[in-house]
Amino acid sequence: MQPNIPTPAAQYGASARRWNWRRALSSTGSTGDAVFRVILFLCAMLILLIVVSMVTMMAANAMPSIRRFGFGFLTGRDWNPVADSFGALPFIYGTIVSSIIALIIAVPLSLGVAVFLVEQAPRRIARPIAFLVELLAAIPSVVYGLWGIFVLAPFLRVYVEPPLQKWFGWLPLFQGRITGIGLLTGGVILAIMVTPIITAVVRDVLAAVPVSQREAALALGATKWETTRVVLANAASGIAGAIVLGLGRAIGETMAVTMVIGNVPQISASLFEPSYTIASVLASNFSEATDELYLSALIQIGLILFLVTFMVNGVAKLLVWSVTRGTSGTARAT
Amino acid sequence: MLIPKKISQAVLALVLVTVAAFGLACSGDPVGKNSGDSGGGTVQLQGQGASFPKPIYEKWMSEYGKLHANVRIDYQSQGSGAGIKAIQSRTADFGASDAPMSEEDMKKADGEILHIPTVLGAVVLTYNLEGVAQPLRFSSEVIVDIFLGKIKKWDDARIKADNPNVTLPAKDITAVYRSDGSGTTQVFTDYLSKVSPEWKQKVGTDKAPKWPEGIGMGAKGNEGVMGQIKNTPNTIGYVELAYAKEQKLPVALIKNSSGNFVEPSLEAVTAAAAESAANMPDALHQSITNAAGANTYPISSYTYILVYKEQKDAAKGKALVDFLWWSLHDGEKYVKEKLYAPLPPDIVKRAEAKINSIMSGGKPLRQ
Repeated sequence: MQPNIPTPAAQYGASARRWNWRRALSSTGSTGDAVFRVILFLCAMLILLIVVSMVTMMAANAMPSIRRFGFGFLTGRDWNPVADSFGALPFIYGTIVSSIIALIIAVPLSLGVAVFLVEQAPRRIARPIAFLVELLAAIPSVVYGLWGIFVLAPFLRVYVEPPLQKWFGWLPLFQGRITGIGLLTGGVILAIMVTPIITAVVRDVLAAVPVSQREAALALGATKWETTRVVLANAASGIAGAIVLGLGRAIGETMAVTMVIGNVPQISASLFEPSYTIASVLASNFSEATDELYLSALIQIGLILFLVTFMVNGVAKLLVWSVTRGTSGTARAT
Repeated sequence: MLIPKKISQAVLALVLVTVAAFGLACSGDPVGKNSGDSGGGTVQLQGQGASFPKPIYEKWMSEYGKLHANVRIDYQSQGSGAGIKAIQSRTADFGASDAPMSEEDMKKADGEILHIPTVLGAVVLTYNLEGVAQPLRFSSEVIVDIFLGKIKKWDDARIKADNPNVTLPAKDITAVYRSDGSGTTQVFTDYLSKVSPEWKQKVGTDKAPKWPEGIGMGAKGNEGVMGQIKNTPNTIGYVELAYAKEQKLPVALIKNSSGNFVEPSLEAVTAAAAESAANMPDALHQSITNAAGANTYPISSYTYILVYKEQKDAAKGKALVDFLWWSLHDGEKYVKEKLYAPLPPDIVKRAEAKINSIMSGGKPLRQ
């Protein structure tokens, strides 16, 4: 407690001319503010420390695999623990394609729901629907997975995949054996999981657009549809943020996808064929991998997931920047 | 200015007190924990490993706990590989695995590890075929070719030849296998490697091999495979006997090395073990797939508990050997009700000798 004892004025003046740790840390020169600031700084540094230690730990453990396979790990298609041969391309492919399918379905759906809730629905309808959307976002993924096996997969097998094959069978996308388990089902379950997240965020973003903008559009003689377009344009950056949030969940999702995607490390043009994602292969094989190279390959694949997520976020930030450049006063997600 | 300064000093004091209290609490914790453990007189054992014997191990642990109130045993089923890792790193008092440890794995441990066989299990073929009531019959070559992707349709002539009285649909076969590393897969691929040189060369024996492309799909865990087979028509896959029986899925008869189609019954599994019991090596682990004998079920396997021969903690070691001894004798009556096959009598005797050889500080723990 010694630093807190009030010092005589002369001494205080002298120390102020020399280096004063309170002034250095806080502009008010108060001890409490300085301590407060240090604590906040340490909290922020902790995040950085966690990220750095995760990356270095994973890179260090992945070293045997990185040394053995080099860049070929990213382009290799063979995943064979028996022969000590590991290539990650099928997992990267499965992760990206299933996430793209999810977004293709989820984005228009979530925008539709959010626009309805904010722009069209009367309050007594909007409230309960908004509540349900938030409820859906909180359901654990294993529950989605079970529902996927017992309800969604049989439904797609009987009612969706045969007509798709009948009408669009000339596309390689819809050829092959119909089992209800595969890339398409994985994408659909992801879409169902990310829709509530995107909807909830977009709804908040749209609600943040000032009412005066809608009134201005209407006053200029715009229709309800045209007004909605004005609102959407103003909320563009927030909407992009919501989509990135959904994409993040889709890429990292493990249990639900594992249960319906079929878990075969292959690259096939057909969406009906089984596939495999990075998160699934990690969850499935981590506890059983006793061999050093195998474990190291799994850690390297985890590192790739990390980098893919980084890249997706970077691209999304660029996208947001390019959309919002030049416009000001837009509503944001945060 | 005076009041804010006082407040900030109070904040600082509070922070310092909290930090000090936290530090004290942290340093004090292990002391309290240790004294609590030794003072209570209870022994806590931690096991980790294979998911296949989990139901019988849990039954044993609960029954044993009723008889010995001072012993608490916990078991985490995270897979055979996790069991081997846990015993190597001594993060558990005993490990459990369906597949024996390899020479390499043994070397990584800091002491001699013993394999104690506990029960026997079977890997069965189960399927989802509409309109087929009686159990299907498969010869080993047919199973190999289904999982190699050479037999693609259910009405293939070779499946028909084994099942002359069954009308099989002209549908594609979808094979379902374990996507996660698994002792069950190890036993199944060990069998396929023994009956087919082609399988041995192309795929091999492993907990998570590279399956031929285009044969079907992978699913996580016994439950995942069962779920996939139940919900997808025209599928075939392999699971542990107990799981298939509990879920009332059809179970196929498999042609053994004597040419008989055998149902996976507990007797047929024990018979497979008894057939080769005389050749059991000193390490007390062996593969019993594709066993000789007229009534043996060909995809059978031992499951093992892994323990260090030299126990560091005498009290824990004593509790462990007593539990192992009990499970081989009094525990045996619970084995069949949980759908596992009991060990042949010769192997029980050899396991007894192994348990008797477990020591602590140079003294055998069991008198």
